[in-house]
Amino acid sequence: MFKVTIDNKSIEVEPGTTILQAARMIGGDVVPPAMCYHSELKNSGGKCRTCMVKVSQGSEKDPRPMPKLVASCSTEVMDGMVVQNITSPEVVEARKAVAEFLLINHPLDCPVCDQAGECDLQNLSYENGSNASRFEEEKRTYEKMDIGDLIQFHPNRCILCYRCVYAADQLTENRVHGVLYRGEKSEISTFIHQAIENDFSGNMIDVCPVGALTDKTFRFKNRVWFLKPMDAHRSCSKCSGKAAVWFRGDEVYRVTGRKDIYGEVHDFICNECRFEKKNSADWIIEGPRKIESYSVINQNHYKNIVIPSVINPIKETME
Amino acid sequence: MERKIILENIEIDGIRLLEVYRENGGYKSIEKALKTMTPDEVVAEVKTSGLRGRGGAGFPTGMKWSFIDKKSGNPRYLVCNADESEPGTFKDRYLLEHIPHRLIEGMICSAYALGANKAYIYVRGEFKSIIGILNEALKECYKAGLLGKNILGSGYDLDLHVHTGAGAYICGEETALLESLEGKRGNPRLKPPFPAIKGLYGCPTVVNNVETLANIGWIVNNSGEEYAKIGIGRSTGTKLISACGNINNPGVYEIELGLPVEEFIYSDKYCGGVKGGKELKAVIPGGSSVPILPKNLILNTLAGEKRLMSYESLSEGGFITGSMLGSGGFIVYDEDACIVRNTYNFSRFYHHESCGQCSPCREGTSWLESVLHRIENGQGKMKDIDLLVSIASKIEGNTICPLGDAAAWPVAAAVRHFRSEFEFHVLHPEIVKNVKHGSLEKYLEIPVLTAE
Ligand SMILES: Cc1cc2nc3c(=O)[nH]c(=O)nc-3n(C[C@H](O)[C@H](O)[C@H](O)COP(=O)(O)O)c2cc1C
Ligand code: SF4
Ligand code: SF4
Ligand code: FES
Repeated sequence: MFKVTIDNKSIEVEPGTTILQAARMIGGDVVPPAMCYHSELKNSGGKCRTCMVKVSQGSEKDPRPMPKLVASCSTEVMDGMVVQNITSPEVVEARKAVAEFLLINHPLDCPVCDQAGECDLQNLSYENGSNASRFEEEKRTYEKMDIGDLIQFHPNRCILCYRCVYAADQLTENRVHGVLYRGEKSEISTFIHQAIENDFSGNMIDVCPVGALTDKTFRFKNRVWFLKPMDAHRSCSKCSGKAAVWFRGDEVYRVTGRKDIYGEVHDFICNECRFEKKNSADWIIEGPRKIESYSVINQNHYKNIVIPSVINPIKETME
Repeated sequence: MERKIILENIEIDGIRLLEVYRENGGYKSIEKALKTMTPDEVVAEVKTSGLRGRGGAGFPTGMKWSFIDKKSGNPRYLVCNADESEPGTFKDRYLLEHIPHRLIEGMICSAYALGANKAYIYVRGEFKSIIGILNEALKECYKAGLLGKNILGSGYDLDLHVHTGAGAYICGEETALLESLEGKRGNPRLKPPFPAIKGLYGCPTVVNNVETLANIGWIVNNSGEEYAKIGIGRSTGTKLISACGNINNPGVYEIELGLPVEEFIYSDKYCGGVKGGKELKAVIPGGSSVPILPKNLILNTLAGEKRLMSYESLSEGGFITGSMLGSGGFIVYDEDACIVRNTYNFSRFYHHESCGQCSPCREGTSWLESVLHRIENGQGKMKDIDLLVSIASKIEGNTICPLGDAAAWPVAAAVRHFRSEFEFHVLHPEIVKNVKHGSLEKYLEIPVLTAE
């Protein structure tokens, strides 16, 4: 077993554990935010750079610090490693930088986005974002498009985390979508706008950390904070049938996979369960789900609210 | 001192052909290495030579080779990085065009040292003619028994293939190169694991620059000890420098490391001074990714010592007052060059070439470009100058591969050393809108005609 210390809290973990996994075992504030890593998706992680931490001691044997911040989701622990997350001003600074980069081209359309209230980017910017933007250029925009009948894609909101690419690739046989173009012009796309039609395509919606992939059968039907999520199951021949069913009153508004407190789904569900079973009679209810503690809709989460410094944006541009 | 290792015999007619190359001593090292030395002895010679990677980072080659995992039981690969795409760098191209067998000879010795039976040359897609030249050269070697099964009766087998990229700068980054070689999108991999453990097809791999490998034949022939006598301190051997910009003799030069920068710029043997007798303004000594230095700091270090063409001397002063030897792309700017325009041009390049995997580089490179575009076109504000520095510092160190750093450093250095020029662009929008070149200050003084 390897001993690792993160923000002064120690834990013993198996060799091969990543810093992020170790931090999640400790829990609480030592856990870095992770937007692109998903434990069920092979090769995911390393891209968004939100989970970067400082390794102030490499290991017991080689106590030198690592020269640069490292992505905690893809760096394995060593015995005696000492890691700083929020106790390092450098990490806090870098995370702010990443939040800024992810937001400069983001449309900031939370008021009309179905993901609002359960969006990792929203949470990241509440914790690490700034109140005013330094970005004066025109934002990058794309047309939204349909990926089949059931999923809508809003490229403007996409943070290019590649999770949906890995999900589509790994959960089903035929890989039908990927990343087109390069750099800032990169785009998630099906090849020449083909539809993604397979029984598990709906999971792309669940793995998307933002509102770029949304459920067309649920679009604009309700805000998630008005809904009551319930753990429920049904017997299904294609998947485990274990889902979260979102009610308002007795009415089922949507069905999703069950996300854990880090926003990860471990039981992927099929499209039939997700899109076609919208009757409460279809489901056996297990009990209410807790709202993810990290979500902005959780009570008392609005702890560091500051009044925006730029009250009059027009004044700012005239300066 | 004139010292030729890589470009030796380059002036001989037909040296591109195997027959001529061999008549002039080519491929002797193969006999020696394959028949009289063990692979480990070759590695030891390279270690002793002190040879450092010529692709940009300057990592000791012998040490890199010794990291290769020999225990895994998987096949090992040698890959030559001939993707040369850094603005200002065109040395590998010259070597490949004129004396391709120098590389192949080096690669055979190197592959033998690493225990690799397959090696690849990854060539930049735009180098159409070079692809033909290399394939011709390989054909000659196969025919002569220098490649293939049982090379020269030594019992050692090696297959060497040329693979063409599609023309992406990022595919010069070694792990993106490996992805591309495997037929995938050229996205850099997360490191660790390093290629020496998990490289091509998940097998132990060494990636080396063309020029690095071209040195190996000489080292085998003359010993590492002899090689280490050339150069200065830990910068052993010679280096190809591709000189360009506002100079009288642009071209590729092989210099002994340790040559004073001043001599390189002004001697007729090399750059031949600044074109048109103009003043020297600035130099980028190692390709577009390294910091630009103004005249005073490129000729002498801050401590007043002469700057030399060596890894150590050029980086003296760190990133505040120093730069890097990098890939050896030596770009000279005269007094009329516009640093803002040049910086904008580079940022356009990095924006275009970013693979887009990680957020700081994908978003940051495009942001840098647009802010620089505004300043260059007379729409900048004073606070934009600090914004540039801030964006650059937020990209630096936070990315998967060094392209992010390479995009950030030139901007940070240009603002550090030429801030007044950026301010000039903000303060005189009408001039910069209409004048797209030259030292802009002079447009402030309208010449007055006198009665005489
Ligand atoms: C964005 C980027 C582009 C690069 N392009 C090249 C290149 O064109 N040629 C090259 O030899 N090395 C290039 N490198 C360096 C390689 O990653 C690698 O360090 C080098 O090939 C190792 O060879 P060496 O040890 O012989 O220098 C590049 C690195 C980066 C980050
Ligand atoms: S669509 Fe969503 S899951 Fe896919 S890359 Fe974009 S943000 Fe990630
Ligand atoms: S730094 Fe840039 S080029 Fe390198 S992996 Fe990240 S996005 Fe790609
Ligand atoms: S979660 Fe680690 S880099 Fe995105």
